[in-house]
Amino acid sequence: MVLQVYFWALALLLLGASLGVITSRNPVFSALWLVLAFVTSAVLWILLEAEFLAIVLVLVYVGAVMVLFLFVIMMLDIDLDTLKKGFVRFAPVGAIVAFIIAIELVTVFVIRSTGLPVLANPPPHPAGYSNTKELGAVLYTEHVYAFELASFLLLLAIVAAITLTMRRRPGLKRQDIARQVAVQAKDRVRLVSMPVEKD
Amino acid sequence: MLGLTQYLILSALLFSISVAGIFLNRKNVLLLLMCIELMLLAVNFNFIAFSRFLGDTSGQVFVFFILTVAAAEAAIGLAILIVLFRSKRTINVEDLDVMKG
Repeated sequence: MVLQVYFWALALLLLGASLGVITSRNPVFSALWLVLAFVTSAVLWILLEAEFLAIVLVLVYVGAVMVLFLFVIMMLDIDLDTLKKGFVRFAPVGAIVAFIIAIELVTVFVIRSTGLPVLANPPPHPAGYSNTKELGAVLYTEHVYAFELASFLLLLAIVAAITLTMRRRPGLKRQDIARQVAVQAKDRVRLVSMPVEKD
Repeated sequence: MLGLTQYLILSALLFSISVAGIFLNRKNVLLLLMCIELMLLAVNFNFIAFSRFLGDTSGQVFVFFILTVAAAEAAIGLAILIVLFRSKRTINVEDLDVMKG
């Protein structure tokens, strides 16, 4: 019973935060609502005994991705008024489509999930159980190629993001250490022999 | 007691809210990216709920990989956005039509 109340309170918080994301006037507030949504989901994932992923969600999403979003939002000088045009015009369409999708999904879940071989009441894990250990045991054995591929994908993302945003501005004065080291005395000093001048 | 259906309904509602967000904020690329993140969160909810109620860790492994891909996607998407803003001084979707035939 306590768990029910806790779940529904968190669920309402999550849905409210996601409504805040899509309706805020300012993208900074949208990002902050999204942070709240991620933290609330992390708590709900702990209720589902997925502790490792809950912590990863907070560390990676709130700690890295959302901070990146906030950096970009604050760096760009966005004209908010033109971006908000059409908000009211498309609100009914969006609401109708969202409503239809919600009805469809909920009916499917309510009808179909009765036939699945789900555990009606999965027993909680015993004390001393480590979710991280269990996940690591399958990640490094069964899914090791996918794991390697994921690390390669992250490397690719680093390289892509840096090459996309790096720019060389012409006419910039800067130090070129290789040229400084390679320079010879004859490049810099010119010995001139000239006759001695008297008075 | 908490059942699978409750979690699935929650994730369905979350998913439809983010679909509505794509309709509402269809001019702002930043908000579109955020709505995609919300959608991925809803999908992850499904995976974790099924993983718990079927007693199988594969769902959690899948969520792990989705988180990786989503982080890479966000980083590259924001980089593209910055490059676009540098050259066009706007992130309005309607002004980004240089590839139109």
